[in-house]
Amino acid sequence: MSVPAIELRGITKTFGQVIANKNVDLVVNRGEILSILGENGSGKTTLMNMISGIYYPDSGQILIDGKEVVIRSPRDAFQYKIGMIHQHFKLVDVFTAAENVILGMENEKYNLKEAADHVRKICDQYGFELDPEKKIYAMSVSEKQTVEIIKVLYRGADILILDEPTAVLTPQETDKLFAVLRRMRDAGKSVIIITHKLHEVMSLSDKVAVLRKGEYIGTVKTSETTEADLTEMMVGKKVSLNIDRSDPNHPQDRLEVKGIDLVSPEGIRILDDISFTARGGEILGIAGVAGSGQKELLEAIAGLQPLSGGEILYNNPKTGETENLRNKTPLEIRELGVRLSFVPEDRLGMGLVGNMDIIDNMMLRSYKKGRGIFVRKQEPRELADTIIKDLEVNTPSATTPVRRLSGGNVQKVLVGREIAARPTVLMAAYPVRGLDINSSYTIYNLLNDQKDLGAAVIFVGEDLDVLMELCDRIMVICAGRITGIVDGRSAKKEELGLLMTGKEAEDE
Amino acid sequence: MNKSVREPLFHLVKRDGLVWWKSWIVRLVAVVLSLLVSGILIFALTGENPINVYITMFKAGFATRRRFWALLQNVAMLLCVALAVTPAFKMRFWNIGAEGQALVGGLATAFCMVYFGDKLPSGLLLLVIFLSSMLAGALWAVIPAIFKATYGTNETLFTLMMNYVAAQIVSYFTYVHSNPKGSGQMGVINKATQAGWLPKIEGNNYLLNILIVLVITVFVYVYLSKTKHGYEISVVGQSENTARYIGIDVSKVIIRTLLISGALCGICGFLLVSGTDHTLTRDTIAGRGFTAIIVSWMAKFNPIYMVVVSFLICFLQKGAVDIASTYGFNDALAEIITGIIIFFIIGSEFFIGYKIRLTHHTKGGKN
Repeated sequence: MSVPAIELRGITKTFGQVIANKNVDLVVNRGEILSILGENGSGKTTLMNMISGIYYPDSGQILIDGKEVVIRSPRDAFQYKIGMIHQHFKLVDVFTAAENVILGMENEKYNLKEAADHVRKICDQYGFELDPEKKIYAMSVSEKQTVEIIKVLYRGADILILDEPTAVLTPQETDKLFAVLRRMRDAGKSVIIITHKLHEVMSLSDKVAVLRKGEYIGTVKTSETTEADLTEMMVGKKVSLNIDRSDPNHPQDRLEVKGIDLVSPEGIRILDDISFTARGGEILGIAGVAGSGQKELLEAIAGLQPLSGGEILYNNPKTGETENLRNKTPLEIRELGVRLSFVPEDRLGMGLVGNMDIIDNMMLRSYKKGRGIFVRKQEPRELADTIIKDLEVNTPSATTPVRRLSGGNVQKVLVGREIAARPTVLMAAYPVRGLDINSSYTIYNLLNDQKDLGAAVIFVGEDLDVLMELCDRIMVICAGRITGIVDGRSAKKEELGLLMTGKEAEDE
Repeated sequence: MNKSVREPLFHLVKRDGLVWWKSWIVRLVAVVLSLLVSGILIFALTGENPINVYITMFKAGFATRRRFWALLQNVAMLLCVALAVTPAFKMRFWNIGAEGQALVGGLATAFCMVYFGDKLPSGLLLLVIFLSSMLAGALWAVIPAIFKATYGTNETLFTLMMNYVAAQIVSYFTYVHSNPKGSGQMGVINKATQAGWLPKIEGNNYLLNILIVLVITVFVYVYLSKTKHGYEISVVGQSENTARYIGIDVSKVIIRTLLISGALCGICGFLLVSGTDHTLTRDTIAGRGFTAIIVSWMAKFNPIYMVVVSFLICFLQKGAVDIASTYGFNDALAEIITGIIIFFIIGSEFFIGYKIRLTHHTKGGKN
């Protein structure tokens, strides 16, 4: 290992008063896979964006093959054979894979046939499966990711950076991707993968660099460390990674979803004959590859998606009456006395208003209360103070705009407000996405509390390990269809993985 | 340090928000700088002493009582339209049709003055005029709002085109009712009877106009910041998804807000025709419908700041006209000066949001 492929020395980057990266040193050699591990907000993506030319560091040096370089744009980065695969794909939907691959390459003759041949060669070399003539819109998420990877390989990248590549993949697809990455390593390329999933780090990488709150903690060899040690480096203290799962508390059918269908305005079938029952006093998990219809399912129940078929029946525990919620607006649902709380996936775009302060965000649910034309701020103000105190929200004051808070604190404000309504049904979509470990466990505990109080909790998650630890039952959906509902205590990861890819359970 | 490496000279760093008094210092510095730059330009182009020019400019608004009241009247009219467009803008509804909405308000006023001038007692007449001007403005604004709410049409183009329709109708109306016949101009309406004219207060032509706009200022301030409607407008403007999520009927809010926005524009037309000019032309609104957009944005949709911004803009406009005539400048120079001052003020907002950091300063390793 003479000269490292890429070396960072004392890289610092700030946004306002927020220090995204502070004095980060990093070394990656040829033929090596390095994981960048850290919680959300620890500065992993910012650091990689500086290597790929999207941000420019405030100070520090970047060395490629031992020579200092300045990377001011993604074009500069390509010149140094650095390619980044972003979390959100940047592809033209109506183009084929090959067209997307050669898009924007100026100094090359536009020859689709040659390009397609070249793409096939790359596929053979590293073991990808891809048809270069296929259009992007007809592809699965994993195929799209393959196109992105081939795009940077086609440009001759020697250093590949992948930002959370497994977030959108099933366990099986993840295994395939890892096999490809190992082959690249064996071919002498440097691979950097950003992740916060520990088991992936352990199974894939040679070295792990850990960041915590923008600071560089250190690099360790994967063979010489354990998951517990890495967690401690990442969080800064020992944490116990256990969720207390209580037994269901007098389960009773609360929400009966019967054969609902949803077709998007573009005519795509998003939900296909979905039927299930959510019971009070238990947590129903929903698993599936991102974009399988989870978001739409919850929005349909909350009255935000017009359905083309089916029924949503709510059994009111107070009156004993049954109401059909299908195609009712959120307001009508609330007027029926249904205490339905919803923590949507898009926190600052739907659940909260980023530019408003905590008090005004508390008012979202209650501003209509009281007679007269004026809003009353007293109650929301008290609620804001209670939530800040009880959930330990880290904020300068209750009048701070919520967009200034960190992800974990934003989520505490949102979940706190939704729980304050004493829900009988509580739906949460990816409630711990982007949260640090401690905040995540706070949220799990809050969901468990609601379960013990008798609410029917519906939890859409992406981490199968968490789903299996938290939920009483797990429902798996794939492409808008239910492929199985399994017991949370006895579920196997492989089984869930197969269901996620659409293989329906044989005996239900 | 390896000198072979090219580095960018500076880069921009986002600020975390300035203390309010610091941000006002930045704005003040911007005004001073703009006067300095304009001064250099004036001297270079005309050889006049910039200080004298500025004194003339100042006198344009403040030298006599009459001038001062005229300035206040102009401020009130601009402020009225700015207040009118603000609820729509706060909702992110890009209403650039205030010019037309105010104009049809003026048209309704003139119409009532012509047709009911000798039929109704003066108190009732004024009330009818007032209400019909509001109704006309509201109608003009609600048409694009209904289309936006039901079909998702682009409100910017729609409201803009409604301006031309309004101008053409007014042209037709003034032609039919021209005085003397065939001149195409209406002349002063009800000159002899003064029917439908807004009354003077203690001999002051403009005081009632100004008081009405003050009431509107308070109304818009309270409406936007203290009422349930105002809260709904903020939520819809910030995030339509959030609005749907909590069960706000977005279409209803859009239509309701534009009714109010248009009605306030209509009042401006009423004040200009019944309270100021006592005539109607297609230029009665004189571009205020567009200047108001600048006022509303520069004031960040805050009605109180809008008073200040309207005042500044009217003062500059009046001053620019006066120095052009006093020194025999080309009209364009006066507008260039106004432009420079506004450019600096708007530009200062950038420095309130960001600071520039020279690269080699931070290379020393300090944070």
